[in-house]
Formats: sequence, C-alpha cells, structure tokens
Amino acid sequence: MSTVPHISMKGITKIFGKVVANNNINLEINSGEIHALLGENGAGKSTLMNILSGIYIPDRGSIFISGKEVKFSAPKDAINAKIGMIHQHFKLVEVMTSLENIMLGQKTGFIINKNKVIKEITELSNIYGLEVDVNKRVYDMSVGEKQILEILKVIYRGAKILVLDEPTTVFTPQETKKLFKIMNKMKEQGCAIIFISHKMDEVMEISDKITVLRKGETITTLNKKDTNPEKLAELMVGHPVDLSIKRVEFESSENILEVKNLRVLDEEGIERLKGLSFTVKEGEILGMAGIVNSGQKELCEALVGMQPVKSGEINFQGENVVGKNTREIIKKGISMSFIPEDRLGMGLVGSMDMVDNLMLKEYHSQKGFFIDKKPAINTAKEIIKKLEIKTPGIYYPIKNLSGGNIQKILLGRELAANPKLLIMAYPVRGLDINTCYTIYDLINEQKAKGVGVIFIAEDLDVLIQLCDRVMVICNGEITGTLQGAQTTKEEIGLLMTGHKNELKEA
Amino acid sequence: MMIRFIKRDEISKKKDITIKITSVILALFTFSIVFMLMDKNPLDIYASMLKGAFGSAYSIRETIKLAIPLCIAALGVAVAFKMHFWNIGAEGQILMGAFAASIFALKFGTMSRPVLLLIMMVAGIIGGSLWALIPAVFKAKWGTNETIVTLMMNYIAIKWIIFLQHGPLKDPNAKGFAKIANFTNNAILPEIFKVHIGWIIAIVLVIFIFIFMNYTKRGYEISVLGESEKTALYSGVNIKKTIIISILLSGGLCGLVGMIQASGISNTLVEGVSGGVGYTAIIVAWLGYLSAPVIFIVSILFAALQQGGSFIQTSYGIPAATALILQAMILFFVLGSEFFIKFKIVKKVGDAK
Repeated sequence: MSTVPHISMKGITKIFGKVVANNNINLEINSGEIHALLGENGAGKSTLMNILSGIYIPDRGSIFISGKEVKFSAPKDAINAKIGMIHQHFKLVEVMTSLENIMLGQKTGFIINKNKVIKEITELSNIYGLEVDVNKRVYDMSVGEKQILEILKVIYRGAKILVLDEPTTVFTPQETKKLFKIMNKMKEQGCAIIFISHKMDEVMEISDKITVLRKGETITTLNKKDTNPEKLAELMVGHPVDLSIKRVEFESSENILEVKNLRVLDEEGIERLKGLSFTVKEGEILGMAGIVNSGQKELCEALVGMQPVKSGEINFQGENVVGKNTREIIKKGISMSFIPEDRLGMGLVGSMDMVDNLMLKEYHSQKGFFIDKKPAINTAKEIIKKLEIKTPGIYYPIKNLSGGNIQKILLGRELAANPKLLIMAYPVRGLDINTCYTIYDLINEQKAKGVGVIFIAEDLDVLIQLCDRVMVICNGEITGTLQGAQTTKEEIGLLMTGHKNELKEA
Repeated sequence: MMIRFIKRDEISKKKDITIKITSVILALFTFSIVFMLMDKNPLDIYASMLKGAFGSAYSIRETIKLAIPLCIAALGVAVAFKMHFWNIGAEGQILMGAFAASIFALKFGTMSRPVLLLIMMVAGIIGGSLWALIPAVFKAKWGTNETIVTLMMNYIAIKWIIFLQHGPLKDPNAKGFAKIANFTNNAILPEIFKVHIGWIIAIVLVIFIFIFMNYTKRGYEISVLGESEKTALYSGVNIKKTIIISILLSGGLCGLVGMIQASGISNTLVEGVSGGVGYTAIIVAWLGYLSAPVIFIVSILFAALQQGGSFIQTSYGIPAATALILQAMILFFVLGSEFFIKFKIVKKVGDAK
C-alpha cells in the first residue's frame, strides 16, 4: 500500500451566513481503514462529508485523492472519484425493486441488459457479503435491508470510499452487527470507510482511527487502541463528562396507569395496537423499545385521547379515560411529548415565539375571551434559566432556534405543568451529549417526585440504564417486558424483531 | 467569477422591508418601459397618478371609498388564510352579502333609517358567512378543495344576481332596463366628511381584528390550527368549531363589504357591486402579511393605485386597465422578492490558482 493517504482534505472551510460550519479542517483517510468521525451535533461532521461528496462546495481548502487534487462541483464528480455517500435518510424509490433502484440513473444503453446487471450485482454481493433480493420492492424492506441496498447501490457505481452518515440510528443491535460485518468485509477489500456517529461504543467497536470534531474544527485524530470512551467524550464536548446515568430508587406500590387490552386502528383501518396491556407505577420509568413505527406513536396519541380507541381500557389513577378528549386528559395530569423526526411536527408551532408556544396547553384554562400572556412570559423566563436555553429572546420565533433548544422548550413546558404521568417519546432525538444528560437528569428528578414516566427511545443503552422496566413492542404487540437492571441490548433487540419464543419472558 | 445563491438563516425586519420596497420600485421602473413605448414620460404619469389619488380633497375621498371595501374584504380573507383555509370566494361572499342586505332594503324601505341599516348589516354579514360556510362544510365533511369550491361559488353568486336583475327583482319603472330598483334614502349609509360611514366601520374592524387575532383565545386557536393541525389537536383545540367560526367571520366580513357597497356606493344591487374587490383583497391580505394594521395601509395604497389609474385615463388617454397591469406587476415583483428574502447572492471569486 502506498504511503500517500487515499483521501486527504486540507484546510477545508465552509461558512453558512454567520455560522462557521467547518473551520480549517484536515482529514486523512487511508484505504483499508474504517475511520470514524466523532462529534456533537453542529460539530461539522455532515457538512464535511457533504463537501466530500460534492453536495457543498468549500469556501476554502482542497481535496486530494491518491495525491491528486480534485475539484467537485456536483455529486456526480464525487461519484466519478469513487466516493459513495450513504445518507441518514435513504435515497431510494419506495415503489421500485432493488434492481430498479440500483440501475436508476445509470448510463446504460437504450436497452438494459437486466441479466448482466443481476450477474454483476450477485458478484458484488458475494464479495462483500451483501444479501439483497433483487426483486423485492423497497417498501417491503426493513431499515436494515434498505441500508444494505444503499451500500450495494453505491458500490455498484464503483465506490471505493464509503461515507456512512449515522447509519445505526434506527437499527436493532442485530442489524448493527450485520452492518459492521459488511464494513469489515469492505475494509478487507481495500475500501476506505468513513463512519459518522456519536455513539461511543460503536465507534470503539468498529473503527481503526477516530477523528474528533468540535465546533467546526478538527480536535485530533487518534488510533482506536490509544483511547477510551471517556477520553473521546471529553474531546468531543471540551470538558470531562460523566457517561453513567444514575438510577434513582423509588419505592412505589400504586399503579398510576393501567392499560388493558388496548386496540387502536389508524385512519386506514389498519390495526396498529393489537391489544396492549401494561402498567406504570408512581415513580417508575417504563422504557419502551421497538423498531420505528411499531405502534409507539399510536400509543402516545391514544393515551392522551388524540387517537380514537377501538377497544380496551386506559385507567389513569383508577379512572378510565378512554373517550375523554385531549384537553380533559391533560387536565388530569398526563403530559405527552413526542419529538417527531423533523422535531417540530407536533406540540410546538414553529413560527410562533416561546410565549405563544408555552401558552398552548394552559390558555384554555384562563377565564374569559381574552388571553393573559403574563404567566407564560414568566414561565418562559424561568425555563430559559433552568434549562439554559439559548435564544435571542422570548419573542423570537422558535423555528430559528437550534433543535436542542426547541426540544428544551417543549420539555420545559411539559414539566412546568407538573404532570403526574409523563410520556416522552424520543426526547433526546438529535441532541448533543451534554443536553442528553440534562434531560436524563430531569426525568430522574420527576421520578423522584413520584411521577410515572413512559420513556420511548431508540438508544437501547440508555433505556437499560435509565428505566426500571423496558417494554418491547413489535408490530403493535408487546413482545416482552424486561427488568432494566438485568437485561442486555441483544435481548431487547431480539424482542424488537418479534422473536418472542426464543426468550422466556422476564 | 461566479454568482451563487445562499440560503439566509434569518433576516431582520428592516432588511425585509427594504427588499419589499425595492421590489415595488423595480416594478414601477419596469412598467415605465410600457409608458415609454407609448411615448409618454413615465415620471409625469406616476406623478399625476399620485395627484389623481391624493391631489385634492375630492380625490382623497374617492381613494378612501375604494380603500374601504378592499380593507374590510382583505381582513376577512386574512382570517381564513391565517388558518390556511384558502378562501378565494370573497367575491361571491360580497355579492351574497349585498343580496341579503338588499332584500331588506327593498322590502322595508320605509323603516326608520338606523334600524333598517342595522338590519341590513346583520343580513349582509349572515349572507356572506353562509355562502362561505358551504365550502367549509364540504371541506370538513368530504375533504373537498376549498380553493376550487370557493372560486366556483363566485360564479354562481354572480349569475344569481344577474338572474335577479332580469327576473324576480327587475324594476318595473326602469323603462325596460334590466336593473333592480334603487334603495330608498333610509337604506343608504349616511356620510361623515362626505364619505359614507363605511370608513369608520373599516377602522373599527381593523382594530377589532387586530385584537381578536392577537389577544383572544379564539384568534390564538386559529393561528395554531393554521400552522399545524396536529398541534392544535394536541393542545385540545376543537378543530371543527374553530374552522366554522373563522370561516363565518371571514365570510361575514366579506358579506358586510357587500352591504356597504350596495348601500353606500351603488345604492342598489348590481352584479358589479363587488367589482373584483374580492380578488384584489387576496393580494392586499397577502402583501399585508395577514396582519390587520398592515392590511389597512396596503389597502389604501392599492386604492390609490386604482384611483390614480382612472385619473391618468382621463388626463393622458391611457386605459385604466393599465393600473390593473401595474397592480399585477407589483404583485409579481413582491412575490419574486421573496426569493431574495430567503436567499442572498454572493459573488464567488474563482480559486486563486
């Protein structure tokens, strides 16, 4: 292998308005190496990779491939330079088959020789261990399968340098393992892989070298064997961080919530919750794990009366709330916050300021025709102080704030209502490490007060550490409930994919 | 050298307004090419348009008379737009409001003036709001597209009024002309400062809508619902009720315009009672950021444009339609300027080697 690094990015600078997304970044990647890019949100990882894949044009700096300088002005140039980017959100056509997706946009002749393409795909699949059913349509695929198809697609286009942008966010541990296996195979074949992540354990498991970015600058590049998660976290954040989540003990006996045989249909009449039964105690955190769209959203909405319930009971403090409207349920002390993927879709109004957003849930309890904004103004000031929200002011439209600050506002509002049952779905979605821990602390604080918590999350490590019990759902059914302190990620992962029988229930 | 567009993160109010005003000036500038092709000095024409709109007490009164219906109808449209209900049917709602008010004007012409006018106002509001309710119910029940339904209902309203003119309400004393009888004096809005009192109604309504949208629960609910139905549902807003109320308000305001125009301007019911106000009001509402005070100002500017347009027709022999084209031109430029509010241009100097 030559001594010239395969890719070398030198002095890359990219400025968006006033924000310096990348400031003089240097990065060197060798072939046959898995290189992790580690950094918090806004550290500049995605910007850097978008530059490497020709989506953005850097303001300053240059890119060398095998020692030769290249200039990308479009993604096409990057593809020609054998760079393949796999985005967090897949770029696949849902209604097409794998084969069609792979052939899409390829310069072939007028007549496509399908058999030849299939033969080539099969060869590639064998080399890299990518199992893909060429005739399966994308909408029938699991996230894992889609990911593999994406990889196959870029490899078919000749990519030798693969960029994976947070590929494991929505994966089960089993799917992650499979992906890592593929990545290792590719490494053996001499490909270079850039792996963007902020999951420390995954970075430690798979990568050879780790480059840490912070606030748009390269902090350092390390060999994995020379470092450890605590050190990396410190480099990422800029000061030492405690990576353990403390478990608050709360002796409780009273059930605050009892759900019995809950069935919910969606708008199309498809059953999304197939008879769920579970309980939450006072001062207990019930975690909920599951692949996306297993019924989490429907459950959240049903609990607060936003989704009609077909049958079953939701007993809150001994009273069945099925059939009550959202306003009545909120008044009884159930708070629900669901952070959707775009972070703004529900619970907040982007174009409104903080005051108007804080009023959303309490304005109707005011008397009369007019609105009194004073209480909301006071709450806004308190929340800003308590949760360290960075905003130019309480009258600033919240959609212009960063994702983390928006989420803090939502959470602050929910907690300010002093709920008895707190339902939180994906509260740390896309937040940086520091903020995540602030939020875990807030949840524990509520628990210590005797509040029942339902915590829905993607990160299984956090679920295990934070929750008293972890309930796993798959396809609208509970496949198991495990004790947080005693379970493992693998156990949860199996239940997430519905392998009920391979485990005895805890 | 290369030019590139970069998305702006945010924009200050001042810059936003500067860009908007620049776009209006550019529209005037571009349009002056048309005047120059006509061998006229554009500066002279713009100056005399200004004179025609504000040059004398008379012209100011005429401008105000044009601004009244624009302002009130734009407020009505804005209430619906705020909820993201695309009410294009102001024109029809104006006509139906005028129709409902006229029934009373024609039947009870001898009633005492204040009582009759009050009844006519209420009738106008009800007429307009019921006409607006139909597409709202269709949308709520069957998910029809309100843009198309409200638009088509405009034509039904126009044809209805024409039918009345030629049939049931045809004035037997009009010597065979297909027109509806003039209102009695009791059914005509009184004047203050030589302008019918519609202008006072307009000012009151601007204040009312401003307070309603910003400081009341219902107004707050309308804004929330417009932004996100899910969020509205989540905060416990009664969605159907809110839609109905705001549409009734929207149509009611337009219906009131119909009453004011029939009573204060044409003194009878004619199909031209709305005269395109319902469509111009959409532009006014949009350029006025759906905010009552800004709508007030924009409606006066648009009225001045129209008044000035008809003035140059007489003094320069330029068709008054010119003013309409100019209006359209301004709208195009302002809408186009949105691009520069979202993006900024940077000159990219090629790399130095």
